[in-house]
Amino acid sequence: MSTATEPRKSTAKGKAPAGEKVADWADGRLGIYSLAKANMRKIFPDHWSFLLGEICLFSFIIVILTGVYLTLFFVPSMGEVEYTGSFGPMQGVMMSEAYASTLDISFDVRGGLLVRQIHHWSALLFVVGIFMHMMRVFFTGAFRKPREVNWIFGFLLLVLALFTGLTGYSLPDDLLSGTGIRFMEGAILAVPVLGTYLQMSIFGGEFPGHDIIPRFFVVHVLLLPGIMVGLVVAHLILIVYHKHTHYAGPGRTNNNVVGMPFMPVYMAKAGGFFFLIFGVITLIAATVTINPVWVLGPYRPDQISTNAQPDWYLGFSEGLVRMMPGLEWVIPGGYTLNFGLLVPLAIFPSLLVAIAVYPFFEAWVTKDPREHHIAERPRNNPTRTAFGMAWLTAFAVAMLAGGNDVWAVNFHLSINAITWFCRIAFFVLPVLVFFATRRICLGLQRRDAEKVLHGRESGIIKRLPHGEFIEVHEPLSQDRLYTLTAHEQHQPFELGPDTDENGVRRPVSPLERVRARISKGYFGEQAQIPKPTREEYRAIAESHDEHH
Amino acid sequence: MFVVLLIALAATGGLYAAFAPADEAQADTTAQSLAIEEGEALYRVGCSSCHGRSGEGGSDGPSLVGVGPAAVHFQVGTGRMPLQNPGAQAPEKPRAYTQAEIDQLAAYIGSLGPGPAVPEESAYDPANGDAARGGELFRTNCSQCHNFTGQGGALTNGKYAPGLDNVEPIYIYEAMLTGPQNMPSFPDTVLPEQEKRDIIAWLNEVNTSESANPGGFTLGGFGPVSEGLFAWTFGIGALVALTVWIGARSAKARKS
Repeated sequence: MSTATEPRKSTAKGKAPAGEKVADWADGRLGIYSLAKANMRKIFPDHWSFLLGEICLFSFIIVILTGVYLTLFFVPSMGEVEYTGSFGPMQGVMMSEAYASTLDISFDVRGGLLVRQIHHWSALLFVVGIFMHMMRVFFTGAFRKPREVNWIFGFLLLVLALFTGLTGYSLPDDLLSGTGIRFMEGAILAVPVLGTYLQMSIFGGEFPGHDIIPRFFVVHVLLLPGIMVGLVVAHLILIVYHKHTHYAGPGRTNNNVVGMPFMPVYMAKAGGFFFLIFGVITLIAATVTINPVWVLGPYRPDQISTNAQPDWYLGFSEGLVRMMPGLEWVIPGGYTLNFGLLVPLAIFPSLLVAIAVYPFFEAWVTKDPREHHIAERPRNNPTRTAFGMAWLTAFAVAMLAGGNDVWAVNFHLSINAITWFCRIAFFVLPVLVFFATRRICLGLQRRDAEKVLHGRESGIIKRLPHGEFIEVHEPLSQDRLYTLTAHEQHQPFELGPDTDENGVRRPVSPLERVRARISKGYFGEQAQIPKPTREEYRAIAESHDEHH
Repeated sequence: MFVVLLIALAATGGLYAAFAPADEAQADTTAQSLAIEEGEALYRVGCSSCHGRSGEGGSDGPSLVGVGPAAVHFQVGTGRMPLQNPGAQAPEKPRAYTQAEIDQLAAYIGSLGPGPAVPEESAYDPANGDAARGGELFRTNCSQCHNFTGQGGALTNGKYAPGLDNVEPIYIYEAMLTGPQNMPSFPDTVLPEQEKRDIIAWLNEVNTSESANPGGFTLGGFGPVSEGLFAWTFGIGALVALTVWIGARSAKARKS
């Protein structure tokens, strides 16, 4: 409090240090002492996977910083000009001001090309980071109560990042991104009834028109980043409010967080980490070309190139369209339904929405009202892990299909064969991966149980007096034993008897029956190995003592 | 010149019944006819099993009547012919004939019927082309198969438009002129000599080992697919390595 400064001034030491005076001044107006006291000691658990979110946060900051610089020079206009800048192979070519100013940024603005490449590389890595971060949260069950809302915030950030990316790489108005906008226009036109109206209002007339680049510019630099910054802040506030999850271990319970405090340890770590990430991304941007618009040429609707793909995070939407056979149906009366675009257009959001609803699906299956602050190991919830892997497989197959021409030409394959492989694999592979993942998880659970009961294989071979060779197993430490058995195992939901005590049929809703079946799939005998009990451990330990 | 033409006309017209037409049609000089004879011998050994004993074509290869010396110079000079094995498309490979032999083969095929001749150096010299104009022509006529900068692209059922990196200008010119394999041909009536030269100048600017790459490594020039792969391997790999490193540097010693 500001009044606290009075007695300090009169102490024998003399005046308070300048820093303290500033802090006192600020506290008197902002109340930072109580805020700091509550939050400076926020605990970060010591595991690298908890830092994946920081990759996203920091690359997002880098994208914003470099984006501001690019905005100073970029001209979001479709006005046609003749290029007269310093890049030789484009001399005299007619192009939009947007494309011309992108060439100027690349060749005539000091540091422009480097900043452009940092901006683009960190945007790619931002979305890669989001994927890694979400995989960590998903596979450890960190989205469970109370963190479902924060999962939704993260999911919205992912979706917004995809569309901020799309509107961003479309801005230079080069032949590649213009093709992407044309693709998007086709998809919009395929929407029944609304399509033409949507197309006309988005483009302000026939394709391409003069409006799309200025509109994308506003969406890209103002609307979407504004929402994203708000969501990032909300995401961080909720992290502080919920506190981090942590992995099970001695002393780590559902009611505490073990780790290092924000101040001073993580302040230093995170600060250093920001500069390390900035450094690595700058190194990449300084040595590896990204989106060399200067050789792609300005967009003209009559031109096209092969190997035209969106940035990787929208590759799956490209792939869905490339996989889909070009079916269409002309309704009597002359209206065409374009299934070649309509079906992918339906699967594209479904794949994304599946991410958002999963926590609620699992909560419905378990009907578990408790809070969960211990991160589960993926193997200990095999069905969830299998669902996650199946989703990733479907996503990966769609992405593979999106690059079918690049794979074909580089690996000397037939593009038709690749497309057919992807068409079948999109349905078959996720199922196979689902069951394979569950088997692998069960195998790992068995191994854990084995290690708990019989100890670690020491690699020491012993010969017994009667000639038998055995491998000596070392018992695990108390800590390891605890860690390997700390997870809880759900019991499958049972419907109970069909009739009540009076022999009257109990009403059970069909939904509950479905829930019982799913719950059995998640937690039944097929889906988890019972963890070793205290009794089993004692019995085996005693029998070992008798033998040796 | 006029006299030569008269003699040639007289020879083809008057003595047609007495002599084989292939021998006489271009019997301008003895050197030329010698080259044709040598080329025919080479053709009989290396080409006739697919293209027929007199280049008339068959079930295994197209007719070579009228393809012209430029086609031979391209196909044999880049090693595409003779065909190694039947497949979707004949790949480029080390050439099987010396330049002298290729010229003899070209002379023989040229004697079968009129077709495009091997171009003079002035026709394809990139120094005389306009790269910017060539870029526009390339994006209009070529990039839908060969990609923006001629990195190559896929066609149906295993066929492909090959990468054009470091292809000698004469072969690019001849390919446009003759339309080898799945490529359409762009005769001078469609794409005049100057425009072909412009396209060669564009490729010379953007797709040779000497081309300037202001952005750094190009990742093959395949665009977002290779950029995405890089981000998912080296990019995120480096960043995750950093998180592991930072995560392992803990302040465990000091308990505050």
